[in-house]
Amino acid sequence: MSSESFVEKATEAANQARELSNELIGLAGEASRLSAESSGAAGASPTVIGLTVLVLAVFVGYYVVWRVTPALHSPLMGVTNAISSVIIVGALIAAGPAGFGFSEVMGFLAVTLASVNIFGGFIVTQRMLQMFKKKK
Amino acid sequence: MHPDLAALLYLVASICFIMALRGLSHPETSRSGNLFGMVGMAIAIITTLAMPGVVSYGLIITGIVVGGAIGTVIALKINMTALPQLVAAFHSLVGLAAVFVAVAAFYKPQAYGIGTPGNIHVASLIEMSLGVAIGAITFTGSLVAFGKLQALISGKPLVFPFQHHLNAAIGIAIVVLIVMLCVGQSSAVFWLIIILALLVGFLLILPIGGADMPVVISMLNSYSGWAACGIGFTLGNNLLIVTGALVGSSGAILSYIMCKGMNRSIFNVILGGFGTDGSAPTGGAGGDDDRVAKSGSADDAAFMMQNSGSVIIVPGYGMAVAQAQHALREMADILKGGGVDVRYAIHPVAGRMPGHMNVLLAEANVPYDEVLEMEEINRDFKSTDVVFVIGANDITNPAAKTDPASPIYGMPILEVDQAKTVLFIKRSMATGYAGVQNELFFRDNTLMLFGDAKKMCEDIVKAME
Repeated sequence: MSSESFVEKATEAANQARELSNELIGLAGEASRLSAESSGAAGASPTVIGLTVLVLAVFVGYYVVWRVTPALHSPLMGVTNAISSVIIVGALIAAGPAGFGFSEVMGFLAVTLASVNIFGGFIVTQRMLQMFKKKK
Repeated sequence: MHPDLAALLYLVASICFIMALRGLSHPETSRSGNLFGMVGMAIAIITTLAMPGVVSYGLIITGIVVGGAIGTVIALKINMTALPQLVAAFHSLVGLAAVFVAVAAFYKPQAYGIGTPGNIHVASLIEMSLGVAIGAITFTGSLVAFGKLQALISGKPLVFPFQHHLNAAIGIAIVVLIVMLCVGQSSAVFWLIIILALLVGFLLILPIGGADMPVVISMLNSYSGWAACGIGFTLGNNLLIVTGALVGSSGAILSYIMCKGMNRSIFNVILGGFGTDGSAPTGGAGGDDDRVAKSGSADDAAFMMQNSGSVIIVPGYGMAVAQAQHALREMADILKGGGVDVRYAIHPVAGRMPGHMNVLLAEANVPYDEVLEMEEINRDFKSTDVVFVIGANDITNPAAKTDPASPIYGMPILEVDQAKTVLFIKRSMATGYAGVQNELFFRDNTLMLFGDAKKMCEDIVKAME
């Protein structure tokens, strides 16, 4: 076998390998596109996922709250009031971006209001609960 | 922070909040429950601060420090009798914060990944308008409730013609505006929704009377949760949805318990039920009744209770108004020292918020195992020598069981009429919130003690010593 034909064959093989690899890339792309599509079809919209979470949480809330002893209904209002200030999460995202535009001002005000509630709510609840300590 | 990690941390925070409510099933576990709540909130805040979009820490920390300082001072200074108005005021803040967050999201939707200004996803717009409307109703409704509880505005129901028609019309207008918002994305429409919702808050709570405040506060508690929920949907944040649902269902259950305690439907309460302010005197002593009630002195009361074997104390809103809980506990201590069995009976709607009486008695160092709920103690009245009713009226009225014509017929009551003797501390013969006469006042075994509840307890203590 001459060196020339050897080079020829090698070039041919290399070309074939390149074609194969190109095809592979194409296939991989196709596969990822398909998998993305199929997961998009199987996954529900964010609103429906939110609705699922909401309904389940309402059930949890229902069973947990019925177990609260009536003597502690005032602290229950205190603590629910404090945790409803978790809305601060939304406020932080609004106040977060650099700059100080209208939305950031709104976010800042909401952060401040929610903070009053978080600190006030938890502390007043703690004060109430301290009174329910076992007396000797 | 990776979004998956953030979502998992939010999940941990949600669990903490559930544990916080779970802890309240018993006084001994309640304090650790509250701690869970605080930990959950800290996780939620720190996780959000670590998000890539959140960079202006100076601004945020200023807000937290200023708000936190105000909240801390208020919570430490507040008198326990003022608890209902404090809770109402706090609810209004949650409502207003929800409005602000929704407005921020409307003007800068890209920060939340829900579109661009003027081109927000329709689902997000609907969720946002619901959140903002509920938040606004919570805000003004709570302000009115606060005003009524703080006696800044009359506790009397303010009723005007076509009130309910007006409310219904505004409600329909809001729905129409939400549809218009989804189509046109106009900021004017968005603000109009906010303004109308603020108006609904006022109109909804103004017609409700003072003694229905336990229902109103619970209802607003519920609303503040649903407002958080609405914002949670807008932001696609499960923590807000879970927490909002917990708070929303908690408030709804409390409203239900309060309504059941009055044998009224929630609609009856919202549409304005009984007419009068709890403390408004009607006519002179005796009302429209010619019968004469026996009245006695502090010495009589002291003698009767010290010579009895068992006493049940029934507190009501009058005790809170007079701040009589400390003098009352002193009186109970002397009785217990003399070998008298003393217990307390709490009606579900006694006071101005759920559990109000329990907190006031706990404040006065009454051990919580001496304080019993209506179902636990009602059958014991038969075998009790003296019932001491302090600042309560309607919740003891036997007409609720015997007189189908009475407006309070069907309401569960504390059956104090079964006891051998009943002592009533009252300022006058005025009727209670329901505006009905209590025939118990005229029974032979009833003794009226006219005067301020705190003064009377102090006089009884003196007479006992």
